[in-house]
Amino acid sequence: MKKKILIVDDEPNIVMTLEYTFKKQDFEVYIARDGKEALHILENNSPDVVLLDIMMPNVDGYQTLQYIKNQDRLKQTKVVFLTAKNKASDIEKGLKLGADKYLTKPFSLKKIVSEILELLN
Amino acid sequence: MSNYALISIIICYLAILFYIAFYAEKNAKSKWVNNPFVYTLSLAVYCSAWTYYGSVGIAANSGISFLPIYLGPVIATPLWIVVLRKIIRISKQHKISSIADFVSLRYGNNRFLGALITVICVFGIVPYISLQLKAISETFEIMTYETSYMSTNIFDDSTFYIAVLLALFATFFGTQTSDASEKHRGIVVSVAFESILKLLFFLIIGIYVTYFLFDGTSDIYNKISLTPNFESLTKINGLEAGFDWFFMMMISFIAIFLLPRQFQLSVIENTREKYLKQAIWMFPLYLLLFNIFVIFIAWGGKLSFGNSVNAEYFTLLLPLQNNHVFLALLVFLGGFSAVISMVIVSTLALSTMVSNNLIIPYGFLDKFIKGQPEKNSKYIKNIRRISIFIIIITAYIFYINFSIELSLYSIGLMSFVIISQLAPSFFVGLFWNRGSSKASIIGILVGFFITVYTLVLPFTIEAFTGIHDFTDHGLFNIAALKPYALFGIDFLSPPAHAFFWSMSANVLCYLIFSLTSKGNYRERNYAEMFVDSRNYSSLQDSALVWKGEAYVSDIKNVLNKFLGEERAQRALNLFFLKYKIPPNTQMADARLINFSEKLLTGSIGSASAKILIASVVKEEQISLIEVLKILEESKETIANNKILREKSEELSNLALKLKQANEELISKDKQKDEFLDTVAHELKTPITGIRASTELLMDEDNDMPSEIKAQFLSNMLNDSDRLSRLINNILDFEKLSKGKHELNIKQNNIKITIKQAISSVQQLAINKGIAIINDNLVDFVFSYDEDRIVQVLTNLLSNALKFTEPNKGKITIEYKMINNFVEVYVIDNGKGIPDEDFEYIFDKFYQSKNQNTIKPHGSGLGLAICKQILEQHHGKIWAKKSNKNGATFVFKLPFM
Repeated sequence: MKKKILIVDDEPNIVMTLEYTFKKQDFEVYIARDGKEALHILENNSPDVVLLDIMMPNVDGYQTLQYIKNQDRLKQTKVVFLTAKNKASDIEKGLKLGADKYLTKPFSLKKIVSEILELLN
Repeated sequence: MSNYALISIIICYLAILFYIAFYAEKNAKSKWVNNPFVYTLSLAVYCSAWTYYGSVGIAANSGISFLPIYLGPVIATPLWIVVLRKIIRISKQHKISSIADFVSLRYGNNRFLGALITVICVFGIVPYISLQLKAISETFEIMTYETSYMSTNIFDDSTFYIAVLLALFATFFGTQTSDASEKHRGIVVSVAFESILKLLFFLIIGIYVTYFLFDGTSDIYNKISLTPNFESLTKINGLEAGFDWFFMMMISFIAIFLLPRQFQLSVIENTREKYLKQAIWMFPLYLLLFNIFVIFIAWGGKLSFGNSVNAEYFTLLLPLQNNHVFLALLVFLGGFSAVISMVIVSTLALSTMVSNNLIIPYGFLDKFIKGQPEKNSKYIKNIRRISIFIIIITAYIFYINFSIELSLYSIGLMSFVIISQLAPSFFVGLFWNRGSSKASIIGILVGFFITVYTLVLPFTIEAFTGIHDFTDHGLFNIAALKPYALFGIDFLSPPAHAFFWSMSANVLCYLIFSLTSKGNYRERNYAEMFVDSRNYSSLQDSALVWKGEAYVSDIKNVLNKFLGEERAQRALNLFFLKYKIPPNTQMADARLINFSEKLLTGSIGSASAKILIASVVKEEQISLIEVLKILEESKETIANNKILREKSEELSNLALKLKQANEELISKDKQKDEFLDTVAHELKTPITGIRASTELLMDEDNDMPSEIKAQFLSNMLNDSDRLSRLINNILDFEKLSKGKHELNIKQNNIKITIKQAISSVQQLAINKGIAIINDNLVDFVFSYDEDRIVQVLTNLLSNALKFTEPNKGKITIEYKMINNFVEVYVIDNGKGIPDEDFEYIFDKFYQSKNQNTIKPHGSGLGLAICKQILEQHHGKIWAKKSNKNGATFVFKLPFM
C-alpha cells in the first residue's frame, strides 16, 4: 500500500518541490496551505506522516501538532516539523511538544526523503 | 465739640480696637490675620504722632528737613531681605523676646549687657511715650475748645484716663501667656488697622487742604513763594546742612531696626519670613504716601495762620477754622491711632525687657526656683503687667512735669540718637565674630554718656531753666566742650552733632576693645552662631559647646517650675525623639542644656535662663581653643555628612540611570534579536524554494517533464526577485529607522506625485482588472521628498491591489487640505482590515492573518517603511476604521 504524506506549508514554491519529490517516491501526497486546511484534511484522512511548517497564518504548526496528538485515530501518524526556525530553543520546544523529527529550512530534498523513510520503517 | 462727646467717641473707638484685637486673638491662624499686608502695616507703627503732627511743624518752620527721617528707612528696606531675615531667623531659633535679649544672647547671655540695653531703651523711649501723651492732651484741648490752641492747663484728667486705658489694653493683649516670644496677634492686627486709619485720615486732610482750601499744589506754591524766607524752606543749605541730612538719615536707618517697637513688630511678631518680600516695597510706599501732603499742609497752614499758632497742629486747626468739625475729628482720631499703636507696642516691648532682662535676672530668680509652676507663670505675667503700668505712668508723670516746652520733633530725635547707641553692638556683632561683650558694654556706655552730654543735658537745662550758659560756654567755660559744638564742630544741628560724636566714640571703643580683649568661650560660641546663621539651622542645638556634669532630672525640675509638668514633659519627649535619645537617659548633654535654655528664654529672658540652668548643672570651664575646635569639628561633621548625603544621592541617581539604560539596551537588544530572527526567516523562505528547485533540476537521472521544469525555473526567478526586493526593503528600513536617510525636500505638486505613483502600478491594475480612480485636479504645491512619497503611495496601492478581488476591485485616491495638513486617502473595496490587526499593521514584519489564501509575497516591511517616511516628514499615517467593505489608508503631510 502507498504511504500517505500530508505536506503543510504556506509557501507554494516550497510545497511544489516537496510534492514532486514525494510523488516520485511513490507517496500519496496531500497538500494543505495552512493549519486550518490541514485539520480539515485530517478529519477524513490518517496519513502516515505529516510534514509541518510552523509559521503559518490562521492555525500554526504547533496547534496542528496539538490536534494530531489529541486524536486517538492519528496515533500512528508521525509528525515532522520542517521550518526556518532553527534555534536550539525552537528545536527543543518542537520535540517536547511531541514532534517525531525536527528538520530545518533550507533543506536538502534527499535528506528529507531519507529521514522520512527512516521514520516510517 | 464738648468734652464729653469727644470722650465718648474716644471710648467707642477704643472699644472697636479692643474688638478687632480680640477677634484677631481668637482667629490667630486666619489668613486675615496672617498676611504680608498686616505685617507691613504693623511696621507702620514707625509713623507715630511725631509723623502725624510733628512733620508738618518741621515743614512749616524749617522746610524739607523732615524728610531724612523717612529716607533712612526707605534706604534700609532693601537690606531687610538679608539683615532682617537673619535677625528673624536667629530670634525664632532662640525664642528671643526683645532687642535686649537679642544683643545679650549674642554676647553670651550677658546679664549686665541685657540690663544695660533695657535701661538705655527705657531712658530713650519713656520721654518719647510721654510726647505721645502730650500730643493727645493738646489735640484734645484743640478739639474741645474750638479756639486756637492756647493751653496753660498743666494737669489734664482726660489724658490720664486715656493713658490708663492704653495700659489696660497693652496689659490685656500683651500678657496672655508668660512666654513673651509668643505672638501677640491682637496687638499686631489692631496696629495694622490703625495704620490704615492714620494714613487714610492724613491723606483726606492733605487733599482737603490742598484742593478745597487752596486751588491745588501750584496755587499753594505760588502763594508761599511770595512770602519772605521762602528759599530756606525748599533747599538744603550747602555742604554743612548736607552733613546734617546724612546723619539724620543714618539715625533713622538705625531706628527702623532698633527702636524697641520696630524690633517687636518686625522680628518678634513676624510669622513668616517671606512677608519681607512684600514689606520691602509696601513699607516705603506707605511712607511715601504719608509724606506727599506734608509740605502743602505746612504751607497752607502758614498762609492761613502765619506764625501765630503751633504749626504742629495745622492739620486740626485748618478744618476747625473753616468749621469742618467732623474733618477735624477724623484728623484727631488718626493722630490718636498713631499714638495708641506707638504707646502700646512700645510699652509692651519695654515691659518685656524690664521683666526679662532687669527684674527677673536681678531679683526674682531665687524665688522662682522655690515657687510652684502656676505661681511662677502668674508672677511673670504680673511683673510684666506692673511694668506696663509703671512705664505708662512714668511717661505720664514725665509729660506733666517736663515736656510742656519740648516739641515732638526734638524729643523724638533725642530718643532715636539714644537708641542708636545699640547699633555697633547689634549690627557689627551680627557679622563679625570678634565683637566681645566687654567692648559692647563700653561702647554703649561711652556713646550714651556723650549723647547725654551733647544732647540730653543742654536740652533739659535750657528747657527748664532757660539759661544758655552751658550751651554757650561749655563745661567749665572750655570752648572745646561746648555741648552743641564739641571740639569746634559747630555746623551740625544738635541731634546730628550728638549722633556724630557719640557714634564715632561708640564704634571706636567697640572695635578697640573687641580686638584687644577676648570674650569667654560661651560668648565666642554664640558669636559663631549669630555670625554664621546660614549654617545655623543645621547646627541647631548641637551648636552650643558645653562640657560638664548635669542630670536630666535636675533640668526637668527647673523646666517644671516655669512650663508646668505637662508642657515640660512634652517638650522633653519631643527633644528625645528628635535626637533619638532613649527617654530614660540620666546624664544631660550640651544639646539638652541648650534646648532647655531656649525653652526658658521666652519666659524669663536669655540671661536668666542661663543662670537658672547653670544653677543645677556642674559646668566645667572650657578653653577658647577647645571651643573653636569643637565648633570646627561639628561644622566639619555637618559638612562631611552633607557631602556624603549628596554623594549617595548622586550614586543612587546614577544607579537608577544605569538601570534604565540597561533596560533600554535589553529591550533594544531584544527588538534587534526579533528583527534579525524575522529577517532571517523571511530570507530563508525564498532561499529554501530556490535551493529545493535547484536540487530537483540538478538531479542526474532527470526524467522531469519540461512544463514542470519550466515551472520550477519560473519559481526560482520569482524567489530571486522576492529575495532582492526583501534585501532592498530591509536596507531602506534600517536607513530610515536610524535617521540615516536624508530627505530630498523640494517644492512638489501632490497631484503630479499621485499620478506618478499610479503609473507605476497601472500595468498591474490593468492585468488584474482593477480600476484606479483619481478625479481630483487641485494643485497643492508644498515641500516634501517626492521619491519617498511615491514610495508610500506605491506601497499603499500595491497593498490595495493585493487585497482586492480581480475584475471587481476599485481603488480611489483622494486628497484635501485640513488644518494646514494635506491629507491623502487610498480607499479600496477589498477585504478590509480586521479589527485585531489595526494596532499592528504598521509594525515591521506584521502580516495580516486575513490575507488571501495564497500568501501575497510582501516583505512585511512596506507599511513600517511608510510610517517611517511619514514620521520623517513630521506627518502621520493611519488606517481608518470603517464599517463599509474595504480598507482606507490615510496619510497627512504638513503644508508649509
